[in-house]
Amino acid sequence: MSLTVAFWILAVMSVGTALAVIFARDIFHAALFLIVCFFAVAGIYVTLNADFLAAIQVLVYIGAVSVLLIFGIMLTREAKRGSPAGKLRIPALIVAFVLLGVMIGSILSFDWQPAAGMDEMVRTQDIAGLIFSENGYVLTFEIAGLMLLAAIIGAIVLVRKE
Amino acid sequence: MSIGLEHYLVLSAILFCIGLYGAVVKRNTVVVLMCIEIMLNAVNITLVAFSRYLVPESVVLEGQIFVIFVMVVAAAEAAVGLALIVSVYRNRRTVDASEIDLMKG
Repeated sequence: MSLTVAFWILAVMSVGTALAVIFARDIFHAALFLIVCFFAVAGIYVTLNADFLAAIQVLVYIGAVSVLLIFGIMLTREAKRGSPAGKLRIPALIVAFVLLGVMIGSILSFDWQPAAGMDEMVRTQDIAGLIFSENGYVLTFEIAGLMLLAAIIGAIVLVRKE
Repeated sequence: MSIGLEHYLVLSAILFCIGLYGAVVKRNTVVVLMCIEIMLNAVNITLVAFSRYLVPESVVLEGQIFVIFVMVVAAAEAAVGLALIVSVYRNRRTVDASEIDLMKG
């Protein structure tokens, strides 16, 4: 019961703040709404028994990506404030609504057969065991690390003066 | 009425379409980047929901592992994307996506 209430609060919060990101006049306000949206998504992970993901959602998205986006806003302050909509407004609205209708229609018409398990909390230990075990995801993990290094170097090279 | 898989999937679809609309329509490139982050979050919700509801036994966590890697790629994408935006702003004094048309024929 409490899970139901929590889900509805978090769902309304995330959709509302996502809409606010789109329709906010000031882009700085949009960034603040985006942080609330990330928090709501972290709460949704908790309702899905994914504690570890909720923690890294807060650390990575709210701690790092949001700060980076706010830095970006500060560094590119324009004389012309806000983020007006472009020319593609009506077609984009139609495409978004058609896609939403198709997705919701197919989700609701398919007969899902949920499994019974997974009621206990997922422990961080299980995730670590799966990544680092034999036949696990060690190679993917190392490639992810290498990709982060490449991204850091690329970002530095791009914003360097000379 | 208890919460099931469909609720999470519909929520994710709504968030994805909001992000898609914003990414296409917005002219400020920083806001476009924000909308892409919303879309990635929507996909992550789907992955976690499938991993919660559709796995046959409790030790299968591949969905959550996938989400971790999606987050890594999203962080890298945000860093490189903002570096590109700052670099373009320095050269052309604008972040308006409709004015950055150097490669337009």
